Amino acid sequence: MSAIVVDPPTETLSTAPPDSLAERKGLTKKEIAADHPTWCPGCGDFSVLALYFKLIEKRKLWHEQITTVAGIGCSSRFPYFVQAHGVHFIHGRALSFASGVSLSRPDLHVFVFGGDGDAFSIGGNHFTHTARKNIKLTYVVMDNWVYGLTKKQTSPTSPKGFKSKTDLWGAIDQPINPMKQAISAGATFVARTTHTNPNHVLQMMEAAMDHDGFGFIECLSECVEFYPGAFDPSNPRKGGVFNLVPKEHDVTDEIAAYRLANEPFPGYFGVFYQQQRPTKNRLEAKVNEDARQRVPGLADWQILKQSFDRMK
Amino acid sequence: MSESILTAPAGEQRRAIPPEQRIKEAVIRLAGNSQDGIQAIGGFLARLAGRSEQEVMTFMTIPSTISGGPSIFQVRLGSGEVLSAGDEADMLVAFYQHSYDQHLNSLRKGGVVLYDSDHVEANPEWQQDYRHVGVAISSLTVEAIGGTAKDKGKNVFVLGLLAKIFDLNLPRLEQLIRERFGGKSDSVVNSALSSFHAGYAFSIGDLMETFAFADSQKRTRPQVVMNGNEALAYGLIAAGVRFGAGYPITPWSDIMELLRRELPKYGGSFIQCEDEIASVAMALGASYGGRVAVTGSSGPGISLKAEAIGWGVMAEVPLVIIDVQRGGPSTGLPTNVEQSDLNIACFGGHGDSPRVVLAPASVEDCFYTAIESVNLARKYSVPVILLTDQAIATRIEAFEEPDFAAVCQDISPDLSPIPDAKPYDLSEALGVPKHAAPGTRVLSGKYPIVTGLEHDELGHPSASPRLHSQMTAKRRRKLQALARSLPRPTVYGPPEGHVLLVGWGSTQGPIREAVDRARAAGDSVSALHIRYLNPLPNGLEEIFSGFHQILVVELNDEGLYGYGQLAAMLRARYCDARIQGVNKCDGLTFKVKEILAVLQNKLAASKANPKI
Repeated sequence: MSAIVVDPPTETLSTAPPDSLAERKGLTKKEIAADHPTWCPGCGDFSVLALYFKLIEKRKLWHEQITTVAGIGCSSRFPYFVQAHGVHFIHGRALSFASGVSLSRPDLHVFVFGGDGDAFSIGGNHFTHTARKNIKLTYVVMDNWVYGLTKKQTSPTSPKGFKSKTDLWGAIDQPINPMKQAISAGATFVARTTHTNPNHVLQMMEAAMDHDGFGFIECLSECVEFYPGAFDPSNPRKGGVFNLVPKEHDVTDEIAAYRLANEPFPGYFGVFYQQQRPTKNRLEAKVNEDARQRVPGLADWQILKQSFDRMK
Repeated sequence: MSESILTAPAGEQRRAIPPEQRIKEAVIRLAGNSQDGIQAIGGFLARLAGRSEQEVMTFMTIPSTISGGPSIFQVRLGSGEVLSAGDEADMLVAFYQHSYDQHLNSLRKGGVVLYDSDHVEANPEWQQDYRHVGVAISSLTVEAIGGTAKDKGKNVFVLGLLAKIFDLNLPRLEQLIRERFGGKSDSVVNSALSSFHAGYAFSIGDLMETFAFADSQKRTRPQVVMNGNEALAYGLIAAGVRFGAGYPITPWSDIMELLRRELPKYGGSFIQCEDEIASVAMALGASYGGRVAVTGSSGPGISLKAEAIGWGVMAEVPLVIIDVQRGGPSTGLPTNVEQSDLNIACFGGHGDSPRVVLAPASVEDCFYTAIESVNLARKYSVPVILLTDQAIATRIEAFEEPDFAAVCQDISPDLSPIPDAKPYDLSEALGVPKHAAPGTRVLSGKYPIVTGLEHDELGHPSASPRLHSQMTAKRRRKLQALARSLPRPTVYGPPEGHVLLVGWGSTQGPIREAVDRARAAGDSVSALHIRYLNPLPNGLEEIFSGFHQILVVELNDEGLYGYGQLAAMLRARYCDARIQGVNKCDGLTFKVKEILAVLQNKLAASKANPKI
């Protein structure tokens, strides 16, 4: 039998196709695009989708090398728009599902896309544990500070004072700070970007994909319908400022990263924190290698027989 | 047990057993505290029976408190078929006063209570009905192995006593003791053996008669001895499952612990998750990855998984969900048995979400049902819920070892390129989807999406009225196809008669024993065991037509309208007023006499008014 989890997972996705695929050309945007997105015109998510296509083109990824997983929300419609194996799962649990794919299929690179409700509200527990377990996958949260699909309710990242249908007088709860949440949960790659800076989005996606572990990106993505102008202060074209993470910032310094995350909006953009820590994929593979050494050369049925012999 | 007599060690006087003291079976209840190693002696007896080709079934209660508290282990050993753990004990071993006070009523009249005279004061009123044999178990154990280990070793001393009383195979028991304690220091093994020999050497024969088991039937394959959770977990491994995810909850946890320990040897993994929802989601992710995965739980954990199971139904992704039923609702009775999850297993989801539900009947059946669940999930691309329960999970039985090479299967995904992918093809005759696992190259360049939204044939969202009707029908049709392929269940006993007892899951043994006893007493009773609960097999109405009354015996409440969960399903399907329920929910398995008592009432009513 093939040992599914026993092979050490691939370091990063190979940018060159394997020999047998050498004659295959890189995918064009047309080959990667599937359904026309259902998002409202002007939605920030279009930018993230376009840059995902760009990433696939640039890194010469094949359809069958990747899997796109999402939960529920406007942004979570993502997999339908990508011409590759994809999954539209239930609300908040995309990371857990994707972890199952990642742990059982080390040959695939799993990309997870979702919104702030999926990541920090209904799926908050899974965010924490996927981060601490350092499961190898790339997670892009399109944070729009509002529930869009259900038409303007307060989200876990809505700032205080935001007037929504569930807080007519303005939000009163302390919002979640995604960067702090990720760092304190033990994420090994934590980056922040915004849909209005395409080059930066692509840069962050590439860095997250190349990171051997849980790569998390918060991408500000404006909801033009229910929270227009939310991110203008981060958009130079709208009179805002786009501040890159200072060059002298040490990405391995957790406290410094936390301090960076504490800056008032619009704050900084770039990689806040990155640490090399063995992935769960690798640690499980090691458990398996050790276990296999105790049953050298035995077929599955012989291992089972060995166990049953002890129960006679 | 003639074999043990022949193989008794040299120097051991062969005892002449008068024929009337050859017994076919014995029910022994051990009552003490949970730290006394009660389960260990029970386990020794069960494994000895397994090695001696005898039938064995056990029943135990463990307190849900963390340490201490009263605990019992009941073992029924027999030369013939053993169907239940026994209503009444032939012998009670009472370690403490509370064991004696609380469990004497589990002994049959005339049965033997063997009590620790260091701790138990016998009640003179009870001495007429029960044979009292007092042995200073505690002080004799201390005498045998020294004063330091006051509370330890009593269990093995008792095992020695039992070995003498029932003429058990001494060398095999010694071997089992060595295996059990072999991992520890020599002194541990030696004290255990000293204690055991002290018990065996005690002149119990002066206080009571001794017995021997009649010859048992020779078997072709050696027997293995384990509990239901173990059999189930190994069944999943044999079936080729290499990924699982779960969250600890009693009594499911044993399965996840075993899989966590064993799967790595086979190149697989079992992941402990942050919660029940993550577990089912992660298992679905692995199943989507191309190889059926497993999750499981008990009680409230099953409620938490409901939404994701519904996704599996909609997306048509296979998954095996183990439900080790316990008393509910809510936290309920964590360490007791109930068959009250049938409704949630069959209907526990919003929307029309048909899924497969089946239940094993015995420990051995746990092994094979696990394999069958995996295969049904694969064949019909659907979540399969395997409904086991606390009683079957914790009881130990002996069964013939499987044909390992034949049952072990490889279910690795086939990732060869395919011309095109249409997972939800409506033209498929049986309605079964064809998923291409991720990693499969699709030459048409059109890739499938696996989704919980209603979808078209490629998996893209559609709210078209026509498609929703067609897709809903497709998800139903494939299970109707499964129903047509299911074997028609066979009736235990004659196919016609007054009463048919219908059961499912772990009650099969006591129900059959009730039938045997009722028939021996001249009553016209048969039984039907339903293994496939959703969909139900076809042909049940023909079987029902052979009987005047159909009594559905279940460990659950009679419900608002007077019918248990399976009874209500059968009534809904067959509109048959003869279907009635026999229910109880006291957290304990059915005693044979409880079933017989209801049966007698119904038979009496039936005789009084034959038209009923």
